[in-house]
Amino acid sequence: MINIPWTGRLAFRALRVNKMRSALTMLGIIIGVGAVITMLAVGTGASRQIAAQVQSMGSNLLIILPGSTTSGGLRMGAGTQPTLTMADADAILRESPAVADVAPVLSGSAQVVYGNQNWSTVITGTTPSMINVRDWQIASGRSFTPDDVKNALKVCILGQTVIDNLFGDADPVGKTVNIMNVPFTVIGALAPKGQSTMGQDQDDTIYVPVTTAQKKLFGTPFPGMVRIILVKAKSADELNNAQSDITGILRQRHHIGPKQDDDFTVRNLTQMMQMAEQSTKIMTLLLGAIASVSLLVGGIGIMNIMLVSVTERTREIGIRMAIGAKTWDIRLQFIIEALILSMLGGIAGIILGVGGSKVLSAIAGWPVAVSPLSIFLAVGFSAAVGIFFGFYPAYKASLLNPIDALRYE
Amino acid sequence: MPLIEISNVSKVYKIGDIEVNALSGVSIDIGRGEFASVMGPSGSGKSTFMNIIGCLDKPTSGTYMLEGTDVGGLGRDELAAIRNSKLGFVFQGFNLLPRTSALENVELPLIYGGVQAKERSERAMAALKKVGLGGRERHHPNQLSGGQQQRVAIARALVNEAPIILADEPTGNLDTKTSVEIMELFTRLNAESGITIILVTHEPDIAAFSKRVLRFLDGQLKADEANA
Repeated sequence: MINIPWTGRLAFRALRVNKMRSALTMLGIIIGVGAVITMLAVGTGASRQIAAQVQSMGSNLLIILPGSTTSGGLRMGAGTQPTLTMADADAILRESPAVADVAPVLSGSAQVVYGNQNWSTVITGTTPSMINVRDWQIASGRSFTPDDVKNALKVCILGQTVIDNLFGDADPVGKTVNIMNVPFTVIGALAPKGQSTMGQDQDDTIYVPVTTAQKKLFGTPFPGMVRIILVKAKSADELNNAQSDITGILRQRHHIGPKQDDDFTVRNLTQMMQMAEQSTKIMTLLLGAIASVSLLVGGIGIMNIMLVSVTERTREIGIRMAIGAKTWDIRLQFIIEALILSMLGGIAGIILGVGGSKVLSAIAGWPVAVSPLSIFLAVGFSAAVGIFFGFYPAYKASLLNPIDALRYE
Repeated sequence: MPLIEISNVSKVYKIGDIEVNALSGVSIDIGRGEFASVMGPSGSGKSTFMNIIGCLDKPTSGTYMLEGTDVGGLGRDELAAIRNSKLGFVFQGFNLLPRTSALENVELPLIYGGVQAKERSERAMAALKKVGLGGRERHHPNQLSGGQQQRVAIARALVNEAPIILADEPTGNLDTKTSVEIMELFTRLNAESGITIILVTHEPDIAAFSKRVLRFLDGQLKADEANA
């Protein structure tokens, strides 16, 4: 019969005798657990941020870019040759069953003026579908109507950053702003979306009807030209079908022969983002694994000190054995001691880890998220470390010969 | 049935290639309530003899029956249980746990014997009173004199009501006056409680307190005399 509470008190007393030594041994575990929690918090924070960005970009999104142009042997890169049109966008929506919606975009930078305030921003000429394709929300006012686009009306929807800079706290809906000296009526305001994956401010934009952008603002080399087309697939599973449909439709429409290269590029942004998300998850695991090494080192520190402790207390072990302590009485005495060391270290490590994550997020501005799982994991791990590394010294102690142990000086 | 029956016990140690006969063919019976002293020069085998009686060591050959149980066939934990319930140890160097109060030192055998907390402290207090240390139960070993520490050790040997106390030169570290006090305590425990006491000593004065003297030489029992 083993008296656990009594053994626990015994262990605390033994640890108190060597306060400095116990504290330093615990430090290994404190740092280990703290590092694991902090690293997992950084990793989890990063992957949550990316997940949020994937969400903000709009789900199941494909982007069609026009092809490159060649000028005197110089190839100019994707998007330099204007090849996409409004009609391409309509054809894709009409012909591909995998596509839910399309939004042609003609955008450019422009100076916007309201009263005595002015601001340079991106003017995005598009259709009502844009709101759907990018999963935007209208915060106030209304979105475009097909008539706005058809008639190339001078109406616009403002992003939050533009509103902040031109209107402050005032309600912009119904006001008139000048874009490149053309007066536009503000019909709505977009709900804020925050930064994109690349760190761009997605709220720093103004939406206008694509036709208006073509005719009143930027002009086009040929009628109906757009810079890019955004496509929303019906589901994540349909993304690949949509991509091959689009390639087929556009090759046919652009009269590209079998041996010729595409004059456009289809990019699957969702997939790229998901890969980025995947890689942050791997990074989280990696960080956690590296931090675990310090926990392991802390555990070895415990084993080291427990071995010293067993040697120092050989005589005490001999006395206990002579008086009737059985194998497991002796083993538990040392295992519980190691367990207390590692658990106290673990608790202090949690405090350090949570505090460290907060400090890191405050100083470096990283998004951190301490998950309950990581705390649970750290506590479980430190207990396991205590038992695992406490066992060998305890085992060694229990095998001592009582006669030799009693004679030990 | 004698309490301790030792028949033809030998103990051989191997040190490297050399075999040392620590005990060769010792046979002896010790009955309930006896007070025996074991004498002999160092290397005579008296310590080995005590270790075997104390179930700390096993004979190489021969049998040791303790209260009718053959101890030779028992495992580590069974021997620990026998030490706990049937044997009390008193050492020359006291062997109390440091930084542990007298009371807790005396409670120790009861803890390993699985006795509940309340009964434990009552019995430990009673044992301390019996050895004349009532009121000192909170003192730690380093706050007690040598004689007092040895009394704590005796209380620890008594507390489990073991029938046998083995004392290995219990007065070796004490002055003459204290030695006499400790021996008087042993005598009283033997007379009043009927506890069997076996003690190792070099000194004839100490052996004189006992009723029977066993003399060892070169691993053999040379003489077994009754004291007047």
